[in-house]
Amino acid sequence: MIEARNLTKRYGDKVAVDHLSFTVEPGRVTGFLGPNGAGKSTTMRLILGLDRPQTGDATINGRHYRDLPRPLRTVGALLEAKAVHTGRTAYNHLLFLAQTQGVDKKRVDEVLHLVGLNEVARKRAGGFSLGMGQRLGIAAALLGDPAVLLLDEPVNGLDPQGVIWIRNLMKQLAAEGRTIFVSSHLMNEMAVTADHLIVIGRGKLVADCSTDEFIDRSTERSVFVRSPDPDRLAQAIVAAGGKVRGQSDGQLDVAEMESARIGELAAADGIVLHELTPRRGSLEDAFMELTRESVEYETPAGEEVATHD
Amino acid sequence: MTEAVATTRVDPGEKRQGFGHLLLSEWTKLRSVRSTVWSLIILVVLTLGFTALFTWLTVMSWDQTNASDRATIIADPTSQILGSGFFLSQLAICVLGVMVIASEYSTGMIRASLLAVPKRWPMLAAKCVVFGGLVLVLGVAVSFGSFFIGAPILHNKAPVSLSDPGVLRAVIGGGLYLAMLGLFALAIGAIVRHTAAAITGVIGFVLVLAPLAQLLPGSIGDHIHAYLPTEAGHLIGQATQAPDDLLSPWEGYGVFAIWTIGLLAIATFLLQRRDA
Repeated sequence: MIEARNLTKRYGDKVAVDHLSFTVEPGRVTGFLGPNGAGKSTTMRLILGLDRPQTGDATINGRHYRDLPRPLRTVGALLEAKAVHTGRTAYNHLLFLAQTQGVDKKRVDEVLHLVGLNEVARKRAGGFSLGMGQRLGIAAALLGDPAVLLLDEPVNGLDPQGVIWIRNLMKQLAAEGRTIFVSSHLMNEMAVTADHLIVIGRGKLVADCSTDEFIDRSTERSVFVRSPDPDRLAQAIVAAGGKVRGQSDGQLDVAEMESARIGELAAADGIVLHELTPRRGSLEDAFMELTRESVEYETPAGEEVATHD
Repeated sequence: MTEAVATTRVDPGEKRQGFGHLLLSEWTKLRSVRSTVWSLIILVVLTLGFTALFTWLTVMSWDQTNASDRATIIADPTSQILGSGFFLSQLAICVLGVMVIASEYSTGMIRASLLAVPKRWPMLAAKCVVFGGLVLVLGVAVSFGSFFIGAPILHNKAPVSLSDPGVLRAVIGGGLYLAMLGLFALAIGAIVRHTAAAITGVIGFVLVLAPLAQLLPGSIGDHIHAYLPTEAGHLIGQATQAPDDLLSPWEGYGVFAIWTIGLLAIATFLLQRRDA
């Protein structure tokens, strides 16, 4: 279990993490979601004791990271930035880490095999592709067979096969009762991996709920209707409790009413319908909508992208 | 994916990581980067080679050497023999000392190191023991090697033997000087954290600024020069105290040690405090 309480981190006068509190429970995959620059990596660095917060603190299974007697045996971490000396082989990188924890050499071969790097174990890490580097990082995280895993953007640079592999690995690890905390800026990736979501924007908590709940809550349903008699139809819908948000050229955008009900209303009043289409905003849209206020680096076209469906 | 994540039993254990584990780990770090290994081999070969070359040149140009220079060499042949090679090896040790810590920062590997040792200072301490120890062993070996190459070459002009007063201490002192210099450079590397800047700083100070301090006028200038870390430190490589040396060999080495310990204390303080 990971607990963050009131974490704040400023770099100069820039606030990266802003009074952030949350709990990550064991036995499930918890997605840590936010746009680039939202403070996800910083939060992970604070939990791992690499950076010091200005306020608050974070504990893992009730202890500060720096107080863990053999930290890699409790917590495994994959950080976004590379943490490997380019001149050292994959094997030796894992070996020196294993030695600090008194972990057996056999375990090094085992994790290399597990992540599929056993063939290149004696090659220098400087020559590794992004995906291989990522696999080495995951091997390092699994080295101490930890009960808690923090993975910062683990699918970065992985090919589709690698993405599926890491997805299944995380689910398996969670099923074994471990705490899995995984960050991503890709909503769709999280939708298929995470059981629970912690969403942040500009360092502040935006949502903390199950993935299903998040999807339900934040994807808006609407119905697209085309009719030669839009005004009468709009009146009937409003009278029955629906909302007409947009009307032009005989097209209506109706919210808070199911498509079946609209069809029934039209039939009752003898109104002709040309089209009746239920629509659901994509998860990506919902995420954009939710974090729009808090996007750090917005492109000039950001607005259009966000409203486009 | 049905493969088990762990078949080797890893005991989460409450036992704290021992310092022995960290020494082993730092030794693995040191030996597993090829450039470090090669630098050390080249250092040994070049130092021995240059000692032979410069001692031979001294003998060849003996007749053209003026009387006072000859007197200096005869008074302390050990210093002459060791000095020629050590000018080169101290350059290599400065670079290596900075690299063993600064390269962790430049490659980002420091994050992996600190996640493994979140108390931080034991990692730096283990690094100092392993690197300092290696340079000491290598330095003493190179120092004896240089002496046994140089002494026979110089024998006809300025005979010297290990049993002469102060000679054994000076030869071992050559290794002691290099080991302390390695830690001095390591401390600066840990404080500065940028490889290029730290190397420039250390070499600029050791090879240029410190010797230049000799030119400072008057007795204050002499004292400043005498107490500079490397200038004081290399007195340990002289068999006899020259008339114008303010400090004895061991006093000089003590001054160098105090500088180094001070810098390591600053490095440790900053390591504990700074974001990694």
